[in-house]
Amino acid sequence: MTDLPTTTDRKLGLVIDLDTCVGCHACVVSCKGWNTENYGAPLSDQDPYGADPTGTFLNRVHSYEIQPETGPAQLVHFPKSCLHCEDAPCVTVCPTGASYKRVEDGIVLVNESDCIGCGLCAWACPYGAREMDAAEGVMKKCTLCVDRIYNENLPQEDRVPACVRTCPAGARHFGDLGDPDSDVSRLVAERGGMDLMPEQGTKPVNQYLPPRPRDALEPAGDVDVLAPYLEPVASEARGFIGWLDRALDRLPGGRDGEGP
Amino acid sequence: MHPAPSVIVFTTLSGLGFGLLIWLGAGQPAVTGWTALAFFVIAYLLAAGGLVASTFHLGRPERAPLAFTQWRTSWLSREAWASVAALVVMCLYGAGLVFFGERYAWLGWAGTALSLATVLCTAMIYAQLRTVPRWHSALTPALFLVISLAGGGLLAGQLQAALLLLPLAAALQVAWWWRGDRALARSGTDMGTATGLGARGKVRAFEPPHTGTNYLLREFVHEVGRRHARRLRALTLGLGYLAPALLILLPFAHVWAVVAVALHLTGVAAGRWLFFAEAEHVVGLYYGKR
Ligand code: SF4
Ligand code: SF4
Ligand code: SF4
Repeated sequence: MTDLPTTTDRKLGLVIDLDTCVGCHACVVSCKGWNTENYGAPLSDQDPYGADPTGTFLNRVHSYEIQPETGPAQLVHFPKSCLHCEDAPCVTVCPTGASYKRVEDGIVLVNESDCIGCGLCAWACPYGAREMDAAEGVMKKCTLCVDRIYNENLPQEDRVPACVRTCPAGARHFGDLGDPDSDVSRLVAERGGMDLMPEQGTKPVNQYLPPRPRDALEPAGDVDVLAPYLEPVASEARGFIGWLDRALDRLPGGRDGEGP
Repeated sequence: MHPAPSVIVFTTLSGLGFGLLIWLGAGQPAVTGWTALAFFVIAYLLAAGGLVASTFHLGRPERAPLAFTQWRTSWLSREAWASVAALVVMCLYGAGLVFFGERYAWLGWAGTALSLATVLCTAMIYAQLRTVPRWHSALTPALFLVISLAGGGLLAGQLQAALLLLPLAAALQVAWWWRGDRALARSGTDMGTATGLGARGKVRAFEPPHTGTNYLLREFVHEVGRRHARRLRALTLGLGYLAPALLILLPFAHVWAVVAVALHLTGVAAGRWLFFAEAEHVVGLYYGKR
């Protein structure tokens, strides 16, 4: 049923640290890899080696530049996957019941064998977290790696989402955001975790940790730390080197020839 | 939003078809026999033809029957029920008129109500979406209903009513555009809230996540030139509402009715194209679009 559960036993989700994400896209690749080989239809690509490649991804990394009133601009890498919203509009619009939110852990999933590929759920999601697979004709979305986190065939340390496991910067954290004492909840409280587009009323479970303020190493104004090292040591060549320089210039293809 | 031809054809044709059924159910015009058959065939070709066109944009059309299951929360599912119920009820009512020369009024009124409900459900699929501020308004169902009533009235030869409804539709259309042009700015959603970084300064999309295009950009990010949009708006008003109303005022209005319907349909289709093409989905903000 596409009725949303009034409460869920747990609220599993991700906490994404915008301060530490280095924008390497490793989570994008591992997500695509895991989810192509496991849950549901593979994430297809169209024209993958041609001139105009496109494909289905469940997780993508944007990069933004913030220009404050004063001071230097800041670059922020911004990974985005399904936020497993409490008031998930993508679920209630679904005509077939293929989209649902699980009562036991709050994960939002698509039952691909019931999906008619109408796309309405993707229209209803403000975050662009759902993508229609062009080969399969069904809706794909982040499963919170439901086939890893409970998977007893994996060693304990691998029972976290693929993107979390792979992130070299430790920018993605997984846990129960419904439990105020969990590591992720404490992290959110400590760092001032935030909702994306709170005015859309989706009540996302995933939280984003804002970038920390920059260290103020430099005095006011722009300073180029490399400048002293880049000063030319000599502007005019003299002696033997000078003679050689001028002789080479006179050869065909010398200084007046092509080249940078 | 991507103006998918299948959806534009569907909403335009089935809107007109159900509009005609609304009038037929109410016994306007009071026809029986062959004349009734002709009216009903036209209405069913438009309404059902539109519904068939709508299945073309499904990824898995063979599973379409599952769309009847979630009427408790989904407007799309409700639309499926309302449209099938309207077509079945109106079929029985039409059979009475065509074969028995009898008008079962209660059946007709039920069909009228169900046809109205179908148009309402179609409009609500769009109006419910907070993610598309231009659509997220009570004006959207109002506009869809009045367009349907006006077109249906024109087709049913209810020229007096059409003469009232066409200008009303034009006025609603202008109001809808006026509100829609301000809707995104008023919704409070911008790149700042999308990224949560707005309080720190001006946020600019520096690099997209992918070098090529993707489903999201194809489906949700469509930009129409301002001049192009203005021209199409004029076309919508002129062909869709003004010209048919003027044609009705001419002598021998019934002869002109066919032309009036054709012009109306063209104008409404242009309006429907704009309905999608101009609609800004908030996901575009993540790509720095709009
Ligand atoms: S992020 Fe989008 S797809 Fe995921 S639960 Fe929220 S609305 Fe649905
Ligand atoms: S695309 Fe599939 S999951 Fe999404 S609303 Fe349609 S049927 Fe439901
Ligand atoms: S939790 Fe799994 S499916 Fe979701 S973004 Fe991470 S790797 Fe992809």
